[in-house]
Amino acid sequence: MSKEEVVLLGFWASPFCNRANIALAEKGVAFEGREEDLFGGKSDLLLKSNPIYQKVPVLLHNGKPVCESTNIVSYIDETWPSPPLLPPCPYGRATARFWADFIDKKVFDGGNSIWKSKGEQLEVAKKGFLEILKQLEGAMGEKDYFGGDSFGFVDIIAVPLTSWFYAYEKFGGCKLEDYCPKLYAWMKRCLERESVAKVLPDPEKVYEFVINLRKMHGIE
Amino acid sequence: MANEVVLLDALASMFGMRARVALAEKGIEYEYREEDLMNKGELLLKMNPVHKKIPVLIHNGKPVCESLIIVQYIDEVWKDKAPLLPSDPYQRAQARFWADYVDKKVYDAGRRIWTTKGGEELEAAKKDFIESLKVLEGVLGNEPYFGGKTFGFVDIAFVTFSTWFLAYETCGNFSIEVECPKLIEWVKRCMEKESVSKSLPDPHKICDFVATWRKKHGVGVGRLSAYMSTVTLDRFECVCFWGLLSF
Repeated sequence: MSKEEVVLLGFWASPFCNRANIALAEKGVAFEGREEDLFGGKSDLLLKSNPIYQKVPVLLHNGKPVCESTNIVSYIDETWPSPPLLPPCPYGRATARFWADFIDKKVFDGGNSIWKSKGEQLEVAKKGFLEILKQLEGAMGEKDYFGGDSFGFVDIIAVPLTSWFYAYEKFGGCKLEDYCPKLYAWMKRCLERESVAKVLPDPEKVYEFVINLRKMHGIE
Repeated sequence: MANEVVLLDALASMFGMRARVALAEKGIEYEYREEDLMNKGELLLKMNPVHKKIPVLIHNGKPVCESLIIVQYIDEVWKDKAPLLPSDPYQRAQARFWADYVDKKVYDAGRRIWTTKGGEELEAAKKDFIESLKVLEGVLGNEPYFGGKTFGFVDIAFVTFSTWFLAYETCGNFSIEVECPKLIEWVKRCMEKESVSKSLPDPHKICDFVATWRKKHGVGVGRLSAYMSTVTLDRFECVCFWGLLSF
């Protein structure tokens, strides 16, 4: 039997890459993580493996590439079925996919609009972001995790984005926990898991990274 | 056991059409309900409170939203007939990637074509649109369908855009057949399937809608005037049309 070769092309600060990292850790899959230099020069392997978007993450399984983070997490779940990340019933799965899609469409852009804007625009961005977080809180309801009693697909899609929240707070001049205490309780719960704690970057480091991003975008 | 299936939809929505095609492929009986997108019904707002958009599939009272999620749901519930996604995880990942590409690239560029006034913006939109179609033509290769030998997930995701091709071509003054002949062959092949031909409206109806929108927005009807039907637009068509910008 041939040895399984799993490589993940990623970037430390990318919440999208960290989704894949966490999913592989949850499944106990051994893999080689390769850090891409997104600003200095993307590797030939990345450009060849993801010619359409030329972005990380890319999962290479026995040399075959899978791109787009939510797609990668689905692939990991289907290829290494235990423990399952998605619920067994079609309706539960559709609901999970819906919230994963919502998170993809709204959270990162919504949060980043905070550090990209100033003055009135900043207030609009903050208000918009808080609304998004409240909707997520609503999705979770009284459960411990988005998946219910156990950590699952939507939790993996959502939790890496939280390492950027401290940066949003600093630029937004607000304390998100005051507005979304349930979400913060969930975050802490997730961080108790080794797969999450070992993967997610220090929010202070992400904040420094965002400061540099702002300079690169010519903001301030 | 009662199996009640309702689809909240809008005739011209390429996203709604995906659900129609998937249901037809599986031979599922359902109730189609046309939504008044300018005056959204209580049921739609209750079933999709987050996005307030069609399509929404309601199965035994429980809503499923977002067209590609609906198609996957249909595939998983009615799994004994006409599988839409392949069984191999790698092939499934490829199918999901390309369906997502259609959403990210084709829809956006196409929309820019029929909503811009012209000039540089239009040329840029056309360039992006044609590029994305050429990429998809490359993915199709020499297979009859994106699903390979059988019609599948990516075919469903993309073929619904074909009803809009005439509108894009007319607004942009170009021919998709000239740019991507293999794609048009693929469209014709798909249209031979009843599940597709019965689910997609006449492209001229789409042109009517687009022409009306452009006239109202002072974008210029131009070539589209040839497709303006002489039938007085009733409220249904007007509202369907305004809603097209945000299905």
